[in-house]
Amino acid sequence: MEVKNSRFSQKFNNMFLEIYRVHTFIIKFFKEAFSPPFEGKEILKQCYQVGYKSLALISLTGFITGIVFTKQSRPSLAEFGATSWLPSLVGIALLRTLAPLLTALISAGKVGSSIGAELGSMKVTEQIDAMEVSATNPFSYLVVTRVLATTITIPILTFYTAFVGLLGGFLNVTLSESASFSAFVQSFLESITFLDVIASTVKAIIFGFTIGMVGCYQGFNSTKGTEGVGKAANSAVVIGMFLVFMEEVIATQITFMFRT
Amino acid sequence: MKAKSETTSKEKVIAIKGVTKSFGDYQVLKGADLNLYKGENLVVLGRSGTGKSVLIKIISGLLTQDSGTVNVLGKDVNQLKAKELLELRLRIGFSFQNSALYDSMTIRQNLEFPLIRNKKKLTKAEINNAVETVLDAVGLMQTINQMPSELSGGQRKRIGIARTLILQPEIMLYDEPTAGLDPITCLEINSLINEVQERYKTSSIIITHDLTCAKEVGNRIAMLLDGQFQRKGTFNEVFDTDDARVTPFFEYNFIQ
Repeated sequence: MEVKNSRFSQKFNNMFLEIYRVHTFIIKFFKEAFSPPFEGKEILKQCYQVGYKSLALISLTGFITGIVFTKQSRPSLAEFGATSWLPSLVGIALLRTLAPLLTALISAGKVGSSIGAELGSMKVTEQIDAMEVSATNPFSYLVVTRVLATTITIPILTFYTAFVGLLGGFLNVTLSESASFSAFVQSFLESITFLDVIASTVKAIIFGFTIGMVGCYQGFNSTKGTEGVGKAANSAVVIGMFLVFMEEVIATQITFMFRT
Repeated sequence: MKAKSETTSKEKVIAIKGVTKSFGDYQVLKGADLNLYKGENLVVLGRSGTGKSVLIKIISGLLTQDSGTVNVLGKDVNQLKAKELLELRLRIGFSFQNSALYDSMTIRQNLEFPLIRNKKKLTKAEINNAVETVLDAVGLMQTINQMPSELSGGQRKRIGIARTLILQPEIMLYDEPTAGLDPITCLEINSLINEVQERYKTSSIIITHDLTCAKEVGNRIAMLLDGQFQRKGTFNEVFDTDDARVTPFFEYNFIQ
């Protein structure tokens, strides 16, 4: 019983220690992000990497989601003779939830794991130490640039996903009835509000920050050689996705409060 | 093979006093005292896990000691602000045991990296010139456009040394420069360390288990035993003993 208690207290202590470490890491990010030297060129390079790595998968997923969502929604709307609402329904669903969430989940898988593995590998092979001893601040060069890149790029990818999803939705609509794309988009634009756009943007920024931060934290603090690199990549995905879902729930509640 | 003699300079570039360092309950350094004099190659010997690499990481500010002082080029490393520490690091070269080359960059980019980051006023031509000079110094000009993964262990070590030399440091810290290399490459690395000492007028600390390396490059030897430097002097002075903690080093390296 005593051994069990001691293990429990050890785990409890470790949990608080980890929370403290994460807190320190985030504080350090904000401190370094606003102190020179600013790594503009590296941020652009990382933005390209984040966008390039996810673009193909996001295009495919967004397009298919648009098609499937429209296809699944049509029978229910048809029962009430409301198929004309399809563009609004698909558009609102994509913009408010599907696009931010899909983009974030794909990015957590593709980008978060890649950041975790890359920084983890650099850590265990002493490349981060080598950077530090050659008078380069590795936190600013590696962490700040990657977190800013995901924070900037994921919102852009989110709107791209929404657009591709709309295309998928439109394709499905045109297969069953004649419709013009401009009318489809017009119907979508009439149904969304400024709050929808702002809420999605803010949500995507938070998701981007979370994915970058989790990937960097896991990679930057990885230990135990190659096993640690694998663990860092895995944790970056699992923790990143979990946090994205938690944030989605909270963001939806807050947006709902504003809406009512 | 004749052991090198002590240098005459008594100007301290590194002064370590009473340094202790523990990891959990295990104390690796128990009041280590050591001086590095200007222009000398000081070899640090000791068993694995005795804190040799920890010591040079403390010198370069990668780790912090629990107590004691580390003075490098007249500055107490522990008391420096972040910016001052970066400035000091420009004057220290650190050659890692596994070379720690940036594996996503070519050799040229690896060598350019510290210059681009720290000497922003240099022109492209000056950077190219500096890269070619250090590559020439380590005899690996032909690898300039290769990736680190395409190089052998010995070549990677040399490029690692070249990357530290590009900032023209006053102090070089070598962490096991000959570990895992064949005897011929070891001899080449030893010659390179001596060449760096002469050509770049560096003062160096060389961590090693390899007594051939110690004898060939070290002006002085310091042996880390039980967390302290208990034996210091020339190669012959350090190994002229019946101490059972010291003799196995000599026997393993020169009799086996």
